[in-house]
Amino acid sequence: MDYATLLQILDSTIRLAVPLLLACLAGLYSERSGIFDIGLEGKMLMAAMCTGAVAALSGSVWVGLLAGIAGSVIFAAIHGIASITFRGNQLISGVALNFVASGITVLIAQSLFRQGGRTPPLSGDARFNPITLPFAESLSGVPVIGPLYSEVISGHGALVYIAFLAVPVTWWVLYRTRFGLRLRAVGENPASVDTAGISVIRLRYAAVIITGILCGLAGAYMAAGLQAGFGKEMTAGRGYIALAALIFAKWRPWYALMATLLFGFFQALALRPDVIKNTMGFDVPVPALDALPYILTVIVLAGFVGRAIPPRAGGEPYVKER
Amino acid sequence: MTLMTKFLGAAAALALTSGVALADPAIIYDLGGKFDKSFNEAAFNGAERWKAETGGSYKELEMQSEAQREQALRRLAEAGSNPVVMTGFAFGDVLAKVAPDFPDTKFAIIDVDWLDAPNILQVAFNEHEGSYLVGMMAALASKTGTVGFIGGMDIPLIRKFGCGYAQGVKAVNPDATVVMNMTGTTPSAWNDPVKGAELAKAQKAQGADVIYAAAGGTGIGVLQSAADEGILSIGVDSNQNHLHPGKVLTSMLKRVDNAVYEAFAAGTDLETGVVKVMGLANDGVGYAMDENNASLVTPEMAAAVDDAAGKIKSGELQVHDYMTDNTCPAASF
Repeated sequence: MDYATLLQILDSTIRLAVPLLLACLAGLYSERSGIFDIGLEGKMLMAAMCTGAVAALSGSVWVGLLAGIAGSVIFAAIHGIASITFRGNQLISGVALNFVASGITVLIAQSLFRQGGRTPPLSGDARFNPITLPFAESLSGVPVIGPLYSEVISGHGALVYIAFLAVPVTWWVLYRTRFGLRLRAVGENPASVDTAGISVIRLRYAAVIITGILCGLAGAYMAAGLQAGFGKEMTAGRGYIALAALIFAKWRPWYALMATLLFGFFQALALRPDVIKNTMGFDVPVPALDALPYILTVIVLAGFVGRAIPPRAGGEPYVKER
Repeated sequence: MTLMTKFLGAAAALALTSGVALADPAIIYDLGGKFDKSFNEAAFNGAERWKAETGGSYKELEMQSEAQREQALRRLAEAGSNPVVMTGFAFGDVLAKVAPDFPDTKFAIIDVDWLDAPNILQVAFNEHEGSYLVGMMAALASKTGTVGFIGGMDIPLIRKFGCGYAQGVKAVNPDATVVMNMTGTTPSAWNDPVKGAELAKAQKAQGADVIYAAAGGTGIGVLQSAADEGILSIGVDSNQNHLHPGKVLTSMLKRVDNAVYEAFAAGTDLETGVVKVMGLANDGVGYAMDENNASLVTPEMAAAVDDAAGKIKSGELQVHDYMTDNTCPAASF
């Protein structure tokens, strides 16, 4: 494998990893607060549709992004109402929202545009155009690092950089702020948080809304960054891979970055069977590479590589007094 | 109370008889959805053409999940629709089970040729012939000598597309490289434009400058990415040239609309128990030319492709069909 090929695969890795990363961080906030969220997929889909539709109507990707976040946050709020206020089963609520999203996105897009559940193709300012980072041109001549900087790191849409910034921000919020401490506590032992006089319900709602915002970014990136419009079921299971990555990352932000980059790398590698054959010397079936993220997650869950311990109060609605 | 029962009985009887008497045709679309700008949309266009020409009406159903197939089929047959047309190989097994239960209903299924029942018309397309032609065109348009193929779900039918395409490419340029990728092995491979776009970028990195997408909704992503990257793409099933004018070289047409139209037009007189093959000779497949790609296809290219088409029609040129022996002389999968 030559250097140019490696750069191409890494470039592809970043594009494929970013939706996973955003969705993974989204799940992290929710699950750290004790609310399991199967509905990442549905929220991303909803955000993708809202972004595609509003960006097409308004001609501005930023208006579209806001609409995408709004759509995703509405779904997050419904999940919150069902699982926090009404203490419903979080898994059932999440699965139900996925089904609703799968149907309603196509329904809305079809009634708005009559293009078979698609949104019209976006172009120009209605898409996230590549941002060339400073010095990308002048540094591209520098051996090894130059091409890495100008081809892999530079030249992505704005949301890619926001996604990577979200990792340290999440770490800082979770481990260095009062809100983060309380958020982690409410996922481990909500009763003690309540005893300390802090509202469990308000904290959990805050976490669920943050989840909605991050899923909104993920969906918007897919519809207006990677693609030029929304298509039926276009998230294609990435919400579930993000959940697997979250377990693989043991609910920690930096690990989430590494897990999603690894999963993205596998996906990018699966696109180049010729490279695998040349470097490994034998054929690896593409489906095996596609299955690798899930296999790794099972290995981690089985306890071979450290232990993945979910937040203790996860999945259980908080009842103040029994 | 008895009066009520009588009314109900009469209403039920009326409903039953009217259902039989009307015998509207029906169509079931596969998972890609009615407006996939590709396979299912072609079927829809055929049904709409029949409706516009005859003024008749038809019933339609769109699959939402694998589990609905049998239920949907039985529901339409029980409601008295005749003939019932379904698009897609995935209905094959279900239809084999359902058809014997409705001996008086006629069924037509597209992309299937292995069933054996007196009341089923199976329509098979010679996709390899159409793919051969667009493969020739790809090789003629390519400057790098490398062209790409992106399939949807990895099934023999899609390999048939890829195999015909590779043969066409090699016929023009024996030294050409054909990069082949499949999107996945599950039905979601038909609806993953993001992965399709990444595959197109990966193929471009390998030197491909014309990419043929036979991948349903995933193909939309391939065509988009190819247009963004400044390379050419080839659409499939319906005419997709208009999606990116001047950037889609051509489209491999699979006249599913003709098949549906003819089945609807025949109505209850539909000839069943046979396999109908639609190839180049009877306008079942072909390639698309319109104002959107006129600047991309030179008269020499069109002449070369039309010449090959003539030879295939006359039987002088045989394009190998992957599904006959699951091998391909021009490509490895």
